[in-house]
Amino acid sequence: MSTPLFFAIVFALACYVAAMALTLVRLVRGPSAQDRVLAMDLICTIALLVLMVLAIRYRSVMYFEAALLIALFGFVSSAAMAKFLLRGEVIE
Amino acid sequence: MSAGVGLWIEIPVALLLVLSGVFTFSAALGVLRFKTFIQRMHPPALAFSFSAWCVTLATILYFSALDQKLALHAWLIIILLSLTVPVTTLLLARTDLFRRRAHPDTADTAPPPLSRSIPSTTRSPRLPDVAANARER
Repeated sequence: MSTPLFFAIVFALACYVAAMALTLVRLVRGPSAQDRVLAMDLICTIALLVLMVLAIRYRSVMYFEAALLIALFGFVSSAAMAKFLLRGEVIE
Repeated sequence: MSAGVGLWIEIPVALLLVLSGVFTFSAALGVLRFKTFIQRMHPPALAFSFSAWCVTLATILYFSALDQKLALHAWLIIILLSLTVPVTTLLLARTDLFRRRAHPDTADTAPPPLSRSIPSTTRSPRLPDVAANARER
């Protein structure tokens, strides 16, 4: 692994961690419930991006299954929570 | 471990990764700093679309060069993300509208009422009507 790619990976991971911290502040502070759902959805997506960058870093394809699972569970949990806030129940 | 890929393929991968990091950080900054929820709904689209596309393209480029064959398995993630993100966004927008109509006193700005027949002076059209009906009975 060459030096520019290594520093780019480190920079991208640092940006992701900082973005996660900022979103976590919104998750804790968020005035309404839908703010927290949105922040949790964004944190799920950033975790997916972290896993894909780690796949490049360690040259392993196995990280993609974990990223796919995180995308799927993030969508299901966000949709279920939004549906619950909208209707008071998840499945009508 | 093999010698890896050449520098001419690692430079675009590094550029795409840096770009995705910058855009994700600005998305989180927007989520933190915008005032209302409708404004806050927009910056995550930056992370959902642009950052995810950049990382997917970087991954496809890197693994295709590493294995010397086209590696398209990362395409599945961006397809799944682009299918599911609009659903979540639409549900959250409807949730915000519904909740601000139901409880206009807790929100910073109440949305306009649903129909034009309701006078615009009352901020919450449902609750005063219910109270008036109860008084008539």
